[in-house]
Amino acid sequence: MLQVTGLSAYYGRAHILDDVALEVGAGEVVVLLGRNGAGKSTTMKAIMGLVPPAAGSVRFAGTEIAGREPFEIARLGLGYVPEERRIFTGLSVMENLDVGRRPATAGLRPWTPERLFALFPSLGAMQDRPGGRMSGGEQQMLTIARTLMGNPRLILLDEPSEGLAPVVIERMAEAIRALKAEGLSILLSEQNLHFAQLVSDRATIIEKGRIRWSGSIAALLEADEVREQYLSV
Amino acid sequence: MENLVLQALSGLASASSLFLVASGLTVIFGVSRVVNFAHGSFYMLGAYLAYTFVTQLPRGHLGFWGGVLGAALLVGLIGLVVEVLLLRRIYRAPELFQLLATFGVVLIVQELTQMVWGAQDLLGPRAPGLRGSTEVFGLRFPLYELFLIGVGPVVLGLLLLLFHRTRWGTLVRAATQDREMVGALGVNQRMLFTSVFFLGSLLAGLGGALQLPRESVNLHMDLSIITEAFVVVVVGGLGSLTGAALAALLIGELHAFGILIVPKITLVLVFLVMALVLVVRPHGLLGKPEVAARGGQGSAEPMIGPAPAALRWLALAVLALAVVVPPFLGDYAISVLTELATAVLFAASLHLIMGPGGMASFGHAAYFGLGAYGAALAAQWLGAPMLAGLALAPVAAGVFGLVFGYFCVRLSGVYAAMLTLAFAQIAWSVAFQWVEVTGGDNGILGVWPDAWAAPKLVFYYLALALCIGATLLLRRVVHAPFGYALRAQRDSALRAEAIGIDAFRTRWLGFALAAAAAGIAGGLFAYGKGSVFPTFMGIPRSVDALLMVLLGGVQTLSGPIIGALAFTGLQEQLVRLTDLWRLILGVVIVALVLFFPQGLAGAVRARWEARHGDA
Repeated sequence: MLQVTGLSAYYGRAHILDDVALEVGAGEVVVLLGRNGAGKSTTMKAIMGLVPPAAGSVRFAGTEIAGREPFEIARLGLGYVPEERRIFTGLSVMENLDVGRRPATAGLRPWTPERLFALFPSLGAMQDRPGGRMSGGEQQMLTIARTLMGNPRLILLDEPSEGLAPVVIERMAEAIRALKAEGLSILLSEQNLHFAQLVSDRATIIEKGRIRWSGSIAALLEADEVREQYLSV
Repeated sequence: MENLVLQALSGLASASSLFLVASGLTVIFGVSRVVNFAHGSFYMLGAYLAYTFVTQLPRGHLGFWGGVLGAALLVGLIGLVVEVLLLRRIYRAPELFQLLATFGVVLIVQELTQMVWGAQDLLGPRAPGLRGSTEVFGLRFPLYELFLIGVGPVVLGLLLLLFHRTRWGTLVRAATQDREMVGALGVNQRMLFTSVFFLGSLLAGLGGALQLPRESVNLHMDLSIITEAFVVVVVGGLGSLTGAALAALLIGELHAFGILIVPKITLVLVFLVMALVLVVRPHGLLGKPEVAARGGQGSAEPMIGPAPAALRWLALAVLALAVVVPPFLGDYAISVLTELATAVLFAASLHLIMGPGGMASFGHAAYFGLGAYGAALAAQWLGAPMLAGLALAPVAAGVFGLVFGYFCVRLSGVYAAMLTLAFAQIAWSVAFQWVEVTGGDNGILGVWPDAWAAPKLVFYYLALALCIGATLLLRRVVHAPFGYALRAQRDSALRAEAIGIDAFRTRWLGFALAAAAAGIAGGLFAYGKGSVFPTFMGIPRSVDALLMVLLGGVQTLSGPIIGALAFTGLQEQLVRLTDLWRLILGVVIVALVLFFPQGLAGAVRARWEARHGDA
């Protein structure tokens, strides 16, 4: 579904991503693990076209998307859920969903507000509330719901567990498993290994802008020295 | 009492017209973050096009209203073309560049309008069916004014419906907050921006077209409406429709009653209100704090080092020429050189604010003019000798720099630029309207140097010494601890404060210092010309200064000097050679913003660094 090879990106003169390669298969959940500042968010943004990739290839569903505009990439069926949530605070829950609305994608059940409220019941209870007056967890759910309204085939989920209470994280994990069951592919970025292992099939570790390790979640849980070197704080 | 009711009604009519224009401006700003100077030009075009349509089409309702709507629609399309050709390319540029680019459009439109319709005022027909007057509370009031009073609320209602009841409106409101995110959700921002620009320009065109039965159509409509529209939009809060409506009401009535109560200071009053609102509510009545631009990928400001040896030699050579050659030149050439010297200092002083200070100023001419008026008033009313006048110039400009700066440097970005503009307009209005003291539009004449400095050559050397001295001093300041603090607070006010720098005071003093330096330039300019006029403080002169700095390049210390020489030289030649200098200047500005966003010195520096490795 998504193949990234040789991806490089810069902020000004700072080399942020160096030869990043990763892959997400159809219906697969892959987690991009790494410490703060390792390059997880930038990888997501470079895939989405929000940070222009300096070199490398990003193929999505057979189409080369590196260098294309974010809105074109989104229209191909790639959904992006940013780390900072970026809810439209002046818009109500329904209006936020409306901004994300795109036509249905062949082979996937189209998302409607009703289905999303079934997935995130707390959103259904506050349809007219402005995005600015929601808790962090509710905003996180709204961001995901907003992206799902575009009927994506793959979503980039940037640190969805960040800053959430443990009980909310549990619910988030359930939601992600439900999405996987729908047939959606997911590239997740995380620092929280516990959360990642609840939902992911495979893991890729990034450190200082380079990919250091890739393998199954089970293999990562076995490899103590890898976790020690790249993930322990 | 009767008079008051009529005055209130005509205030409402003005408010309504003002709102049409301001609503377009604020909607455009909300989404694109571009402060569009050319909005006033669209208003003017609306009036001219309506004049042509209405006078060419058959008389009657269809001819008139069809002509008005046709003009509005055509202006919308013109706005669309401007957006696609120009603005679309500069959405990521710094706001002063955008302001400047749209000012380039103002110049181009002015010239073209004059070419098509001529310089004389045009009088349109009155609106069919709304010619007479009617009774309101037993008073006679023009029907057309009553109609205008109705138009504003109707347009506000339609716009609110459009923005809150349609998906397009939802997208626009979302993009106003975070356009990048809207793009990442699959919305084509380009189409969205273009459509918003079309709507905004259409509203400006409609505002202008509806003025046809009310007042003559002339070439000054653009700048006079745009300053008022700026005030309304800023007072209301950038991007807020309801805010613009409130502010239009406030300004409209202020005008209507201001004329009754204090006719002398109507112009000042409007800008005073704006300054007051911004001081109390830095984001306008209903505005929200600006969210820092998302996902900025701009590289850090380049470091400023001492000039490389080659540049020093070049500067010395130019300076040597400036000293040695003039005795062999005629009086006219020497006057031009004197003007060049003051331009260099003027530009260098603005550069201190913009470059190392990282602040926006759209009213730097105020301090140039205050220096000039300080010197001229001292000569006129106190009989001060020239040296005393010249000494007073930086003091006057500096004191006002301290006062105005105290408010301006608290704001940032567009609001700061608008507040500096407001203060400059206050200074301009005082010079323009306080005829007894300043001579108003006629200015103050006979401000000549003392006998010993009367020969053009002597005065030139004096100006050269003072300007070069002050410019070098400003350069020295940038490399002094104060300059470090200034640059530190520009790069990060928070981090600067954390290491003990008082960011506010640093900006404030930097602003006042730049004002004082501009005052020296203004004082010398006054004695060089022998007279001062309100235009010394006008918007065009502030734009001149900006052009010099941006033409040279903000990021280098030599930039403003090169820019001042290039700009003044170019303007001098253009005015002499062709009547179309506004058109050419406008095109040059637009080209500059599009192709040399780093300025001349910036471009040279980039080539130099490419050749000599990373500095």
